[in-house]
Amino acid sequence: MNEHATPELPPAAPEPGPLRLSLSTAAVMAVFTLVFTGLMAGTYQATHTRIEASAEAEKLRLINEVLPPARYDNALLRDVVRLDAAPELGLPKGASVWRARRAGEPVALVMEAVAPDGYAGSIRLVLAVLHDGSLGGVRVVEHKETPGLGDYIDPLKDKVRDHPWIAQFTGLSPARVALARWAVRKDGGDIAYRAGATISARAVTQAVARAARFAQAERDRLYQ
Amino acid sequence: MHYNYRDIFWNGFWRQNTGLAQLLGMCPILAVSTSFVNGVSLALATTLVMAMSNAAVAALRNLIPYEIRIPVFILIIAALVTMLDLAMNAWLHELYTVLGIFVPLIVTNCIVLARVEAYAAKNPPLPSAVDGAAMGVGLMLVLAILGGAREIIGSGTLFAGIEMLIPGARAIQVLPQDYPGFLFAILPPGAFIALACLIAAKNWYEARQKAATTLSGPGCAPASHGH
Repeated sequence: MNEHATPELPPAAPEPGPLRLSLSTAAVMAVFTLVFTGLMAGTYQATHTRIEASAEAEKLRLINEVLPPARYDNALLRDVVRLDAAPELGLPKGASVWRARRAGEPVALVMEAVAPDGYAGSIRLVLAVLHDGSLGGVRVVEHKETPGLGDYIDPLKDKVRDHPWIAQFTGLSPARVALARWAVRKDGGDIAYRAGATISARAVTQAVARAARFAQAERDRLYQ
Repeated sequence: MHYNYRDIFWNGFWRQNTGLAQLLGMCPILAVSTSFVNGVSLALATTLVMAMSNAAVAALRNLIPYEIRIPVFILIIAALVTMLDLAMNAWLHELYTVLGIFVPLIVTNCIVLARVEAYAAKNPPLPSAVDGAAMGVGLMLVLAILGGAREIIGSGTLFAGIEMLIPGARAIQVLPQDYPGFLFAILPPGAFIALACLIAAKNWYEARQKAATTLSGPGCAPASHGH
């Protein structure tokens, strides 16, 4: 590689012995490590409260998309129950379910769910199941589906801006559409999908159906 | 020693362009250049990190023993990136939600260490910072063209996701609404082919320039900066 300055050789001082050289370089390395660890620790101390606050705001913003804040009046993020392993949600031990209440009455369960069988790995979802079992809404939090093909499950990537694919889950109720029919049309259900990328839609739909069944079966326990 | 900043900039931006001449940092270039906004976002974060790490190493260069310079450089770069990541997350959260995923990715980019070793270790902080920033801007040129081309060919749009960087801005539909998309351009092979075309274009342009200056006599020929 061609550079402006020629490489400088180490200073031509009398060569120190190998022991002295290794001790002195080790000391310098230790000092550098200490100083920069100190700087990082200081930055962490100065920032971590703000970072936690913005992570919480971020989470709340996502939850607001599946459950309008006007529907409940409790401090949602504080009213949380940690589950034991929940295979129905595809989540390991410690998964969170937030309980939305209005005047103390249960309104909705907001939960995370994972579809393990996307076209390219897992798809993470957040969804709200209202007290009557119907869905407040579903949003994709994280996915690696093919850009331009399977990524329509994320409303930000969906080309149909007015009626994004994921919106058909909003208000979906087991009273009107039996839970058995919460599947893509190709599998004999009622959920539409876009041609060319069934797998992404199927993975999301199945994960939503599992979560809805779980919420229905465990409802009373989860609200306690 | 006098530093010609215009020359430093031109060196980073064009002659030794990260993406087209040095071919360093290919992994993020190929992975992230699926759209214009993604590419430019990564380049913005890289520019910031390279200017910062070059300036920091240049300021400390006389304290770093020659024998352990590489581990010290890596320590400095990793610490700076961590601090930048935390600071952006805390105080520039809007920007962080867009660039955040790219910032930790930069530590793995060998171009940062390459410039620290090749330039900042031997030069004062200001020229070093300019060198780092110029390398980043050169990378931005490549990523903007690469991302833009892959986005237009792949999905028929340009500037998708711009509303995250500039609120209120909208993506442009370049090709007709019923354009079926060309997935190949968005998948990794498309990146290799598009990058190869860019490198070929740069070499062709330079070969033509060289031929022109040879014909017009050696008087105005620029100093050779070949490899």
